[in-house]
Amino acid sequence: MNIPTDLRYADSHEWVRMESDGTATVGITDHAQAELTDIVFAEPPKPGATFQAGAVAAVVESVKAASDIYAPIGGEVTAANSALSDNPALLNTDPYGEGWIFKLRPANPAEVENLKDAAAYTAHISR
Amino acid sequence: MKTSLYQKHVAASGRIVDFAGWEMPVQYAGILDEHRAVREACGVFDISHMGEFFVRGPGACQWLESLLASRVSALEPGAAQYSFLLNPRGGVIDDLYVYCLAADEYLLVVNAAKIDEDAAWMRSHAVPGVDFEDASTSLSAIAVQGPRSTDIFKTCFGRDLPPARNRVLKIRRGGQFSYVATTGYTGETGFEVVCPNAQAESLWDAVTAVGARPCGLGARDVLRLEMCYPLNGSDLSPEHTPLEAGLGYFVDLEKGDFIGRDALVAQKAAGVPSRLCALVVREKSPPMRSHYTVAQDGRPVGETTSGGLSPSLGAAIALARLDPACAAPGTRLEIDVRGRQYPAEVVRKPFLKKSL
Repeated sequence: MNIPTDLRYADSHEWVRMESDGTATVGITDHAQAELTDIVFAEPPKPGATFQAGAVAAVVESVKAASDIYAPIGGEVTAANSALSDNPALLNTDPYGEGWIFKLRPANPAEVENLKDAAAYTAHISR
Repeated sequence: MKTSLYQKHVAASGRIVDFAGWEMPVQYAGILDEHRAVREACGVFDISHMGEFFVRGPGACQWLESLLASRVSALEPGAAQYSFLLNPRGGVIDDLYVYCLAADEYLLVVNAAKIDEDAAWMRSHAVPGVDFEDASTSLSAIAVQGPRSTDIFKTCFGRDLPPARNRVLKIRRGGQFSYVATTGYTGETGFEVVCPNAQAESLWDAVTAVGARPCGLGARDVLRLEMCYPLNGSDLSPEHTPLEAGLGYFVDLEKGDFIGRDALVAQKAAGVPSRLCALVVREKSPPMRSHYTVAQDGRPVGETTSGGLSPSLGAAIALARLDPACAAPGTRLEIDVRGRQYPAEVVRKPFLKKSL
């Protein structure tokens, strides 16, 4: 299971990468994509939408079920990954790269400290 | 509960989920891969969770005629038939397969979630001269489905698979009987084997060794949905009749009395209050699921009962229980998914046209 050490993780299996421009990129973890299996549809949030940490921000659907994706930290959406519309399988094949879901401008960047680091997330999913 | 094949599923990295109290594989490599294996080659499913009832005795046929909606007396030994167990309102308790093993011996294959309810219902209508046996815990079953299943059968059983659908073979192995039927839930050529629990693993090994791919419940659901085969509990319910489901073909109102007949006759005369329809969404959309509201020009006209994404069609599909006024193929409707309306069209069943 790939769990990059430079990301932070929510218990609900989203990752956050704090970018140098002050935005935060959000996606789902390798563990999440493996659990969800073949992802066939993704509905990222619209730019301009704002979310509190823990709010439902996106939906991804596998052949079998729909799953809510939560905002790991609060903020305003600045970009959504439009590539997922034509190729939702990017969430399976490259969850930390081309399969990113949205970027947001954090309302409170310190919220990221509430998230797990790679070691804690590894422990979380091996419970 | 675990089937006799549970260890096989775990060994093959099956993802185990609960289904009607059974720990069953929902998928192995992936639902899309497994779907393709069945449509293009061959897949094997563990269906040991399903129930098996033996009905024996001189009154067996007549008793089944009184309980089931199809004409059981039309079955000759070696033939099988799809049927329904109905309540007095004509609603579906269960849909099932009847195998005629001999003039006075029948095997019923019923849904896993309904074994206890079906058995209790049938026992409550017991008559002298008919022996009812719920053999579900001592029998296992597998379904081998796909264009290659004829070859696989010949290799594993040393004889030809009957080319016709709904044939039943009684096979003696190790002093015990197994039953092979040319039936299935995928729309492909194939066969299902009901065998003693102790023989399930060797049978599974035999068919997988010659190319049958292990497939889980996820692929099974997509495959059956493409063929518009109903799923009891979703598309069928005690509140709705087979006529509403568009399955009147499997109901014989002329054969004499059976439980639910009066209600069906009355409903046929009055017109059905709902109709189970096939809907396809041609624009890019999420997979359809059950319990999505279906509307026409914003007015609700029903809801989906099953849904998914058809790999064969590359489109989202659903079965929906609709106002009969909206049931004609070509009718344009909308399906509400999380507040967004996706245009859907009623199409002729099944979604996937196969000639078997």
